[in-house]
Amino acid sequence: MSQSTEIAPMAAGSPDRLTGFKTFWHYFSVNRGAVIGLFVFILLVLAALFAPLLAPYAPDVQDKTAFLRPPAWQAGGSTQYLLGTDPVGRDILSRLLYGARFSLLIGAVVVTLALTGGITLGLLAGYFRGWVDVAIMRVMDLILAFPSLLLALVLVTILGPGLFNAMLAISLVLQPHFARLVRAAVMAEKSREYVVAAKVAGAGHVRLMLATILPNCLAPLIVQGTLSFSNAILEAAALGFLGLGAQPPTPEWGTMLASAREFILRAWWVVTFPGLAILITVLAINLVGDGLRDALDPKLRRS
Amino acid sequence: MLRYLLHKIALLIPTLVGITICAFAFVRLLPGDPILAMAGEHGVAPARYEELKQQFGYNLPIWEQYARYVGEVATGDFGVSISSKRPVLEEFKTLFPATLELSFFAMIFAMVLGVPAGIFAAVKRGSWFDQSLMGTALVGYSMPIFWWGLLLIIFFSGYLGWTPVSGRIGLQFFFKQITGFMTIDSLLYGKWDAFRSALSHLVLPAIVLGTIPLAVIARQTRSAMLEVLGEDYVRTARAKGLSSARVVGVHALRNALIPVVTTIGLQVGTLLAGAILTETIFAWPGIGKWMVDSIFKRDYVVVQSGLLLIALIVMAVNLIVDVLYAVINPRIRAA
Repeated sequence: MSQSTEIAPMAAGSPDRLTGFKTFWHYFSVNRGAVIGLFVFILLVLAALFAPLLAPYAPDVQDKTAFLRPPAWQAGGSTQYLLGTDPVGRDILSRLLYGARFSLLIGAVVVTLALTGGITLGLLAGYFRGWVDVAIMRVMDLILAFPSLLLALVLVTILGPGLFNAMLAISLVLQPHFARLVRAAVMAEKSREYVVAAKVAGAGHVRLMLATILPNCLAPLIVQGTLSFSNAILEAAALGFLGLGAQPPTPEWGTMLASAREFILRAWWVVTFPGLAILITVLAINLVGDGLRDALDPKLRRS
Repeated sequence: MLRYLLHKIALLIPTLVGITICAFAFVRLLPGDPILAMAGEHGVAPARYEELKQQFGYNLPIWEQYARYVGEVATGDFGVSISSKRPVLEEFKTLFPATLELSFFAMIFAMVLGVPAGIFAAVKRGSWFDQSLMGTALVGYSMPIFWWGLLLIIFFSGYLGWTPVSGRIGLQFFFKQITGFMTIDSLLYGKWDAFRSALSHLVLPAIVLGTIPLAVIARQTRSAMLEVLGEDYVRTARAKGLSSARVVGVHALRNALIPVVTTIGLQVGTLLAGAILTETIFAWPGIGKWMVDSIFKRDYVVVQSGLLLIALIVMAVNLIVDVLYAVINPRIRAA
């Protein structure tokens, strides 16, 4: 008896989940841009994972015979350095490949932190309402009252420059968006019958919040998470560019741009490629985000 | 309407208090001693240290320090810059017009291109123009603007030699500010060459700063327009036999622009954040560059007050947008 009740939902659950994924993929793959974005993103993840195998050189190896060597197809360039070298003779292609690791790490860490913080605060605010809600949401409004980059700059000034502190600062700045989203979703779901039923069945606050309500707010969170992923990469690169993010010689793309700045009129490739890498990454993720929105949330669908 | 306005202002009070707490806390959260931090690399003599401690009130209980700080700010005393020894508010007043001029032209650029492009894309929905516009908008939206600025410098300043690399106006031009807008002031004095110089300095930074708002506005206009074009009254207007241009330009546009106005207002925060990067790239003497420079000079009095002043501006602009929104959309007022 107890065995059959254990098995029944499992057996019913797995094909259900499969068709769920199929419907998702059906809607997602309609959007050609999203599929391209996903493909590029997968390539980036592979590049980051296998950077040591793919990169022709280590990211910090300097060739003292090849400063500011142009890319292979331009006069003076050679296939030895496909995308040329930077002012201290490091291979740009290798640095870009290793840089993919930092950008993806930044995105993943920032989204994880911002999601965790935002979900916790949003759940508490939306579930308990009253003064808890007022206190939390006032603080969120306050964070949003500052231009995001300015707040991140100031936070990094307090914490000290560096990649990790930059990620912390950006998570804090992006976190109110998640909190607002979760709060709104929780308030909408809270009075639904299934929640009331769970409550009557004796579920406690924590169970109601995390197991009953939260899974039904996931769709907008996934979309917001994707957009925050690309935002985080942009902001971290901006901080790196201003000299307050990752510090040289880290091959972070924004930091690479910062150290290339003085050579812009002499060596276009030192500036062009790191920025192009940022643009392609952010664009790919935003394309995926658009596709996810179309597939997951019919209400938000692009007209 | 007045009640709505008062209600909106009342809602801002907690944020206002919060902003002052943030600015107040900033100096005290810096690692190490706040006075040593403010004194910078050179440090201070012990006697001077005690004097400063008295002067800034660091010996008082924290809430008294805060009350004192709010009192100072409320009377317009934002402290004195450590590096330039000038009052922060005075520096802000000379630099802010530069940021305002840059943001103003960036916004003009974004609106003049974004609104018509969005309308046209909506009317020709699904056409190659629509698709390529939305693709371009997504690229613009994903753009690291600090890199975009460098690219434009490489091409227009370096390769073509059309525009200067940095600054606001040629060094040979010097005149007393009237409006604080170089482009307008030079015209008021009737100096055409100065005007041309100011304009050529302004073009690239304004394009860079306007890129993301342009993408956002084009997307927003398109979707607002699409929504309105599906409404009954638009169908009625068409059924009455009005020309397509009239239906789109008069009946649909007026209603489609309501959300667009809000979007434009909400871009102010984006603009000021973008100004930090744009001004740094083009050495544009505005408040964004001022903030970054002050962080590197460890001029924390400037950073503290700059943070406060910028947040106040964003808040004020958001209030104005809210009110404007209520003016053009009476339904909001009742809520």
